[in-house]
Amino acid sequence: MPKKVGIEVSLAVSEAVCAADVDVIPAYPVTPQTHIVEHLSELVADGELDAEFMPVESEHSAMSACIGAAAVGARTFTATSAPGLALMHEIVFIAPSLRTPIVMVIANRALSGPISIWNDHSDIMAQRDCGWIQTFAENGQEVFDLIIHAFRVAEDPEVLLPMIVNMDGFTLSHVIEPIELLSASEVSQYLKPFEPQLVLDPKNPVTMGPVGVPELYTEARQQAESVLNGSKKVIVRAWKEFAKLYGRSYKPIETYRTEGAEVVLMTMGSVTETAMTAVDRMREKGIEVGLMRFRLWRPFPHEEFRRAVRGIKALAVVDRAISFGAQGGPVCSKVKSALYGAPYQPQVFGFISGLGGRDITVEMFKQMVKKAIRYAKKGEGPVYELIGVRER
Amino acid sequence: MTETALRDFKKFTRESLPRVEVLAQGHRACQGCGEILALRMALKAMGKNIIVASATGCMEIVTSSYPQTAWEVPWIHVAFENAAAVASGIESGRKALMRKGRLRKQRITVVAMAGDGGTADIGIQALSGALERGHDFVYICLDNEAYMNTGIQRSSATPYGAMTTTSPPGKLSIGQRTWKKNVPAIAAAHTIPYVATASPAYYLDLMNKAKKAAMIKGPAYLHLFSPCPTGWRLAPERTVEISRLAVQTNVFPLYEVVDGRYIITKKIKRPKPVEEYLKLQGRFRHLDNKTIRQIQVRVDKEYDLLVQKAGLTETQEESKHN
Ligand SMILES: Cc1ncc(C[n+]2csc(CCOP(=O)(O)OP(=O)(O)O)c2C)c(N)n1
Ligand code: SF4
Ligand SMILES: [Mg+2]
Repeated sequence: MPKKVGIEVSLAVSEAVCAADVDVIPAYPVTPQTHIVEHLSELVADGELDAEFMPVESEHSAMSACIGAAAVGARTFTATSAPGLALMHEIVFIAPSLRTPIVMVIANRALSGPISIWNDHSDIMAQRDCGWIQTFAENGQEVFDLIIHAFRVAEDPEVLLPMIVNMDGFTLSHVIEPIELLSASEVSQYLKPFEPQLVLDPKNPVTMGPVGVPELYTEARQQAESVLNGSKKVIVRAWKEFAKLYGRSYKPIETYRTEGAEVVLMTMGSVTETAMTAVDRMREKGIEVGLMRFRLWRPFPHEEFRRAVRGIKALAVVDRAISFGAQGGPVCSKVKSALYGAPYQPQVFGFISGLGGRDITVEMFKQMVKKAIRYAKKGEGPVYELIGVRER
Repeated sequence: MTETALRDFKKFTRESLPRVEVLAQGHRACQGCGEILALRMALKAMGKNIIVASATGCMEIVTSSYPQTAWEVPWIHVAFENAAAVASGIESGRKALMRKGRLRKQRITVVAMAGDGGTADIGIQALSGALERGHDFVYICLDNEAYMNTGIQRSSATPYGAMTTTSPPGKLSIGQRTWKKNVPAIAAAHTIPYVATASPAYYLDLMNKAKKAAMIKGPAYLHLFSPCPTGWRLAPERTVEISRLAVQTNVFPLYEVVDGRYIITKKIKRPKPVEEYLKLQGRFRHLDNKTIRQIQVRVDKEYDLLVQKAGLTETQEESKHN
């Protein structure tokens, strides 16, 4: 088994891409993603990774070049953060419709304005409905593993969809963590070379991306939706095989100390580790609190979620983005809609916190839990609340 | 370097025109469409060993209404503004796969195609990036001097004075208020090996330039004059005639830029007045004599500049002809 090394998580991302033997990397720098593409360019320059590193002139072209490269059968990777992701928005939607299995890491960052380089989830939530498979990592090891997993799932002939792995900018991307780096030969047991179904090849000409007339557009979208929903079984299967080979197991939803919990915090990404500390401390004091986290965000794990909340009285959902004008955050809205009509329905209270790099502290998690307990007893609470707003 | 690449270049002649058709019949272009004509000629010259990345625009729409396609070669459309970027990904993907032994080593031509809007306006950044990075591809700009697909709106390649739906003549307006952006010069400023302008009226010249562009290693830029009867308010049977007049009036001179050297490929001894070109088209119908004179002055000046770039003076040019 490989041994753990202390490495900056961004560099571990590049090492994962290298171990996956990627062919084409169209890349553009943007904080806090930049260390990833810097290190990738180094790996290519040193001959450690045999790939075309394309220093494109924008993220829009990065995503466009990814599509072109994937359409000829190349394994393709790029990484970006909020402004870059927003700039490529139109093309992000086109990639799944062309069934190009691109893998993209998002070092999550607040979307302007005001301009902020710091972490929250507003960038990815604005792309929520783009048709990509989307996972969220909690720590460096998970980022590494989810990238390897992403190539495996994206390129599965039953899937052939692009995949985004989210990791928090700075709070995860820039920290040094002990990570077990799998080598290319270890990864090759899990990830076979990409065998595309259809490529642009003069010997067998195909037309890709034709006009979608009204008579056919609905059907095309329906197919995209059913492939995305159907990918869940491949995603889960690929995690099981990952566990068999490398000993680390992953599920769509993680739970922590939820047994007999009165209130369960719901999180995504790296704040989960702080939330765990808060849960431990409150449990020591006899407060019955647990924690739940989405690893798989799209396709949304409906069944798993409904199963996971059974017996829980109340959920305190922590959003890292505002869904403007919708009275709450996108995760909380999704949670509520997923519970509508469910046989078992806990009460749901929404909290928005940690915007644009503001820390969510253990104390803030405790505050949310206490509020949720109080509201649950009363049987009602505010539609949503912003936690950690400065008074002056 | 370009010279070596072109060592085996054999000109097409009227007798040796390629029979291959890359675009099938039955596409939905308007009658007399000069854009599809120019495109067809360029593709015939390049043959079937190509992959095409197309921008959104008339040519994309009229050739790819699913479940039909006019494309006999691999073709991809992604969006309006990124044909050059998509093509650069195609080229890089193939390069990596060939180097890694996963694709048979074979040189093919990667083609990006877009209208003047997709080139001079919204796609110019992607184009500049791809030219600067030096990808081995051919970029074809099909210049019909407006956004035709969306209903004849002006672009930065629309000529001065022209009527479009967003540059309408009126009490306070003569129509398009700006002079046509010189995109071939912008392409040439990237010091790429090959830039050329061509017109479907001079079909052998067009096809030979397309063939050269495909043979040359590195980026090549083709700017094809593409009359649009629908948008220019021109009789459909006059497409070729107007293409020829554009050259004969020096409105659209034919030249090449090979490794930075400008070569005028069709020298016009006694250029016709631009008025002859303008008067056939409804989009210029509203122009008064003063404006036409202004346009004439501008055309002459631009042509002089081109001649200077070609390193020729008027006298040298004349003495050659004598
Ligand atoms: C980002 C974006 N903006 C605008 C459009 C609408 N649009 C599609 S084609 C087109 C004009 C195309 O003009 P041009 O490139 O000159 O090609 P032509 O149709 O004239 O051949 C426009 C404005 C679009 N599809 N995408
Ligand atoms: S509108 Fe003009 S360019 Fe478009 S298909 Fe018709 S003639 Fe051709
Ligand atoms: Mg046009």
